Amino acid sequence: MRKTHTLNLGTGAFVLLGFAALFYLTTQTTSRGLSFSTPPHYEVIAKFDNIGDLKVGAPVSMAGVEIGRVVNIGFDTKEYKAVVTMSLNAQYNQIPTDSDASIYTQGLLGGKFIGLTAGGADTYLKDKDHIDFTQSAFVLENLIGQMLANFGKSKADSEPSPAPEAKPEKTK
Amino acid sequence: MNNIAPIVDIRDLNYAVGGRPIFNNLNMKFERGKVIAVMGPSGTGKTTLLRLITGQVTASSGFIEVAGENLMTLRRRGLYALRRRMGMLFQNGALLTDLSVFENVAFPLREHTDLPERLIRLLVLTKLEAVGLRGAAELAPAELSGGMGRRVALARAMVMDPDILIYDEPFAGLDPISLGVILRLIRRLNDALRITSIVVSHDVQEIATVADHVFLLSGGGVAASGTPQELRNNPSEVVKQFVGGLADGPVPFHYPAANYFEQLLARDRAD
Amino acid sequence: MRDAWQSMIETLETLGREVRFLIRLLILTPAAFLRFNLISAQIYNAGALSLVIIMLSGMFVGMVLGLQGYQLLRRFGSEEALGSAAAIGLVKELAPVMTALLFAGRAGTALASELGLMRATDQLTAMEMMAVDPVKRVVVPRFLGGVIAMPLLSAIFAAIGIYGAQLVGVQIMRVDSGSFWSQMRASVALSDINEGIVKSCIFGVACSLIAVYEGYHASPTAEGVGRATTRTVVTSAVVILFLDYLLTAAFL
Repeated sequence: MRKTHTLNLGTGAFVLLGFAALFYLTTQTTSRGLSFSTPPHYEVIAKFDNIGDLKVGAPVSMAGVEIGRVVNIGFDTKEYKAVVTMSLNAQYNQIPTDSDASIYTQGLLGGKFIGLTAGGADTYLKDKDHIDFTQSAFVLENLIGQMLANFGKSKADSEPSPAPEAKPEKTK
Repeated sequence: MNNIAPIVDIRDLNYAVGGRPIFNNLNMKFERGKVIAVMGPSGTGKTTLLRLITGQVTASSGFIEVAGENLMTLRRRGLYALRRRMGMLFQNGALLTDLSVFENVAFPLREHTDLPERLIRLLVLTKLEAVGLRGAAELAPAELSGGMGRRVALARAMVMDPDILIYDEPFAGLDPISLGVILRLIRRLNDALRITSIVVSHDVQEIATVADHVFLLSGGGVAASGTPQELRNNPSEVVKQFVGGLADGPVPFHYPAANYFEQLLARDRAD
Repeated sequence: MRDAWQSMIETLETLGREVRFLIRLLILTPAAFLRFNLISAQIYNAGALSLVIIMLSGMFVGMVLGLQGYQLLRRFGSEEALGSAAAIGLVKELAPVMTALLFAGRAGTALASELGLMRATDQLTAMEMMAVDPVKRVVVPRFLGGVIAMPLLSAIFAAIGIYGAQLVGVQIMRVDSGSFWSQMRASVALSDINEGIVKSCIFGVACSLIAVYEGYHASPTAEGVGRATTRTVVTSAVVILFLDYLLTAAFL
C-alpha cells in the first residue's frame, strides 16, 4: 500500500542521512581525513633516563612535522631506563642513524612529545633500530630543586668564611 | 442438569484487592453450549470475574477450571494456549487503531498461524460476513460507529473458532438497532458454532431475551442463579430491586452521610 | 518528613521496575529482529519524523555556538580556534544531550501517548486476550526504534551544528576559513566522536525506555495518558543530564 512505500522510503532516507552525517563528522572534522587504512610504518626504539609524563599515543615529530606516534613505553630493569617504542610513518625512511630523540613539552604546559633532530650519518633508521642519542624530559621539580640549591649555595658563599674562596660553583 | 462437565467451574473462590474482598466463597458452574448472562449492580466485580476466568488475575484461594485447565496452576505458556481457545469482546471494541478492519480481524491469524494469504482472506471475509460488515473491510477503526466497531471486534474474537466467547458489556452505549443486532448475533453464533457464550451486562430486559441462564452477583457472591423466568419470580429483595430497576432497596439510594437535619442547621461547616 | 521518605522509596521502587522492564525488553530484542518491518516502522516514527526539529535545532545551536564562541575567543585573541571549540563542544556534549532532550520531547511523548492510548482503550489487554504478548509485538519495536534512531539523530545534529558554526564564524564574523578547519582537524580526534556516539546510544536507551515504560504502565484513563506523557519528558530530562555527568566523568 502507498503508506508502506512512504514509510520504507522515509526510514531508508533517514538512516542514510544519519550515516552520511557520521561519515562527514569522522572525515571532515578529524585529522584522519579520508584515509581508512593505517599507512605502513616501522618501529624504532629509544631509551631515556626520564620521560616525565610522556604518554602512549604522543606524537613524534621532526622539524615540527608529525612523523609518527609513541606506541609503547616500557622499563629496562638492567639499565634502569625508560624504553620508548615509536611507530614512524614508512614514507619518512631517511632518518640518519645518529639522530637524536628529545622529549619536549607542547606549548607552555601541554603534554609531552618526542622531537627527532637529524644527525649526519649516511645510514638510515630501519625497523627495530635503536636511537642512541637521547635527551630526557624537562621535569619542573628538578629545576626548582636546582634553583633552590643554587640560591642556597650563593648565599652561603657570600657570607664571610675562613677560606678566601668566594667563587660560587655552578652546577648543572 | 446434564452430567457433562461444565466449561467453567468455580468453587469456593476468594479474591481480594488491596485488602478489600471482592469475592467470598464464590461457586458458579457454566454449562457448555449455553448463553450465560452475568449481571449485578455496579462494583460487584463482574469484570473482575471475567479477568479471573481469562487468567488476567489470579484468585487468592479456591478452585477455578476453564475448558479443562486448572487456572490456579497454569503458567504463562499454558495460559496463552488456553486463551487461543477463547474469544473476548471488550466494552469499547478495542480494535487496533493503526490497522484496517480487515487487518484487525486477520490479526490473530497472522500472529498464531502460518496460513497462506488466500486462506486468511477467506476466513476474514467469512467472519465479517457473519457480522454483516464484509463491505467495511478496508475502513479504519476511526471511521466506524460504536456499533460497527463492536461487530468488527466480534468478528475478530471469532476468527480463531474459539470454544468460549466472552462479551464484556457489549450493549453499553448502543442505540436500539445496534443493540438488537448484537443481541441477535450472540444467540445465532452461539447456536450455529456450538460454543458457550458468557455475557456480562446489566441490560436486564435485553439479555433476558437471549440468555439460557442468568447469574446475579451481589455482595461478593451469587445472589441468584437460574433461567430468566426464574429470576423474575425470585422473591429475594436483592433480585427484585435489580430486575425491577428500583431506586432504593438493598443497594441504597443515599451515600452514607451525617444526619440531614443536623447538617442543614449547623452553624459552621465543621463536619 | 514522612512524605519525603515515602517518595524516595517510591522512586527507588519505580527505578527497580523500570530496570526489570529494560531487562525484559533486552531479552526480547534478538527475537524482535525477525520481524524487522515492525522495527523499521518505528525507526521512521522516532527518527525520520524528528528530523525537522533536530535539523532546525542543530542549525540554530551551531550558529549560537559560532557567535558566542567567537565573542569569547576574541578576548584571548584566539578566534581561529573557533572551529575546534565548536566541533568539540558539539560532538562531545551538545549534540548528544540536546538531541536526547529534543527526542524526549518529540518522539518520547509520541511513544508514551501512543502506548498510553492503547492501554486506555484496552488494545493491549485485547492483545493479551488474543494470546499475543503486547510487549513483544508493540513495545519492543518502539524501544528499538528509538535506540537505533538516537545516535543517527545526534550525528545529524552535530554535522548541521558544525555547518551552522561555520556559517556564522567564517561567512559572517570573517574568521579565516583555513584556520577554522585546520585547527578543528588538528584537535578533534576519532575518540571524541566515539565518546559522542557512545553517549547518544546510552541516552537513546534511557529515553526510549522511559517513554515506553510510562506509556505501557499509564493509568487507563485520559488523564493517565496525559500524566504519563509529562512524566516521560521530566524523567528523561533529569536522567539525561545525570547520565551526561557520569559519562563525561567516566571518559575523562
